[in-house]
Amino acid sequence: MCETCGCGDPAIVPVEIHEKILAGNDRTAQHNREHFAEHGVLAVNLMGSPGAGKTAVLEATATAFGAGARLAAISGDLATHNDAERLRAAGIPSVPITTGSACHLDAELVHRALHEIEWRSLDYLFVENVGNLVCPAVYDLGQAVNVVALSVTEGEDKPLKYPVMFRKADLVLLTKVDLLPHLDIRVEAIADALARVMPQPRLFEVSARSGQGLDRWAGWLAEQRTRMTRTAA
Amino acid sequence: MHEYSIVSALIDRVEAEARAHGATAVQRIRVRIGELAGIEPELFVSAYDLVSERSLCHGAALEVHAEEAQWLCPRCRHEIVPGEILRCPRCQVPAELVAGGDIMLEQIEMEVP
Repeated sequence: MCETCGCGDPAIVPVEIHEKILAGNDRTAQHNREHFAEHGVLAVNLMGSPGAGKTAVLEATATAFGAGARLAAISGDLATHNDAERLRAAGIPSVPITTGSACHLDAELVHRALHEIEWRSLDYLFVENVGNLVCPAVYDLGQAVNVVALSVTEGEDKPLKYPVMFRKADLVLLTKVDLLPHLDIRVEAIADALARVMPQPRLFEVSARSGQGLDRWAGWLAEQRTRMTRTAA
Repeated sequence: MHEYSIVSALIDRVEAEARAHGATAVQRIRVRIGELAGIEPELFVSAYDLVSERSLCHGAALEVHAEEAQWLCPRCRHEIVPGEILRCPRCQVPAELVAGGDIMLEQIEMEVP
């Protein structure tokens, strides 16, 4: 009650919170992250525009690792199961998450998908996010690393236009580099744009079609996994 | 358009806090949106108007404070202006984002009988 004059009006109470609005998601993500680290599974959040080549990169990753690693994927897709089916055909066990109208995955969706997959025995779990350069960047999923697939046909200034996503990337895969001879795109210009939005820019040129750069990518993943298991131990 | 799901998370949080205090209504919500949080303030406000209608936040004013991004050298605190290469020209170490990366619920004003 208002204590100033005793008028009976309710008191207006200010309550200080100072908490991230997505704190709930972040807690679930942390829970996922602990699960992954405990079982030595490197979780990779793979983001990028629709058509950037995320699924193709994963198909090629299966080839690059061969029988040397146990991989699986969770694929976020607005309306179809096509990506998950493509990955299964490439030998990567895969669970689709159909998001309906949602433009991103969140930690809870990933957590639920984990119940449908034998993830504890894996070396790598790829979370193929919904094709979108904005929304997925906002949600922590519990990944060890964020990787953004950026295709050479998307233009040199994409990183400058989508700084939120590139800031959070640990690695950018420049995909479809086999097309470079047909385009007026300079890789140096992309690298320069990246250095203005990403504090530790790391750009690998890859082509799922020709196989270029895939060994380097697989090597980087293995390095990240070793680093994670060492930190967890 | 992830602003709707962020607003839903905000409203859930505010309602839980209001209930914990035995509040009958919420008067004002203050949030801070960082320039690099990935949230469009205008979309956020229109999402709030729509989503808050059927909640305890109905009629509560949403006060949005925009926060600019700030990048500093973690060693010498030299400021790197947005648009520049995100590496300290003196120390040659990667810059660190010290402001503008988050979306925060700062304060709620509620009516407590």
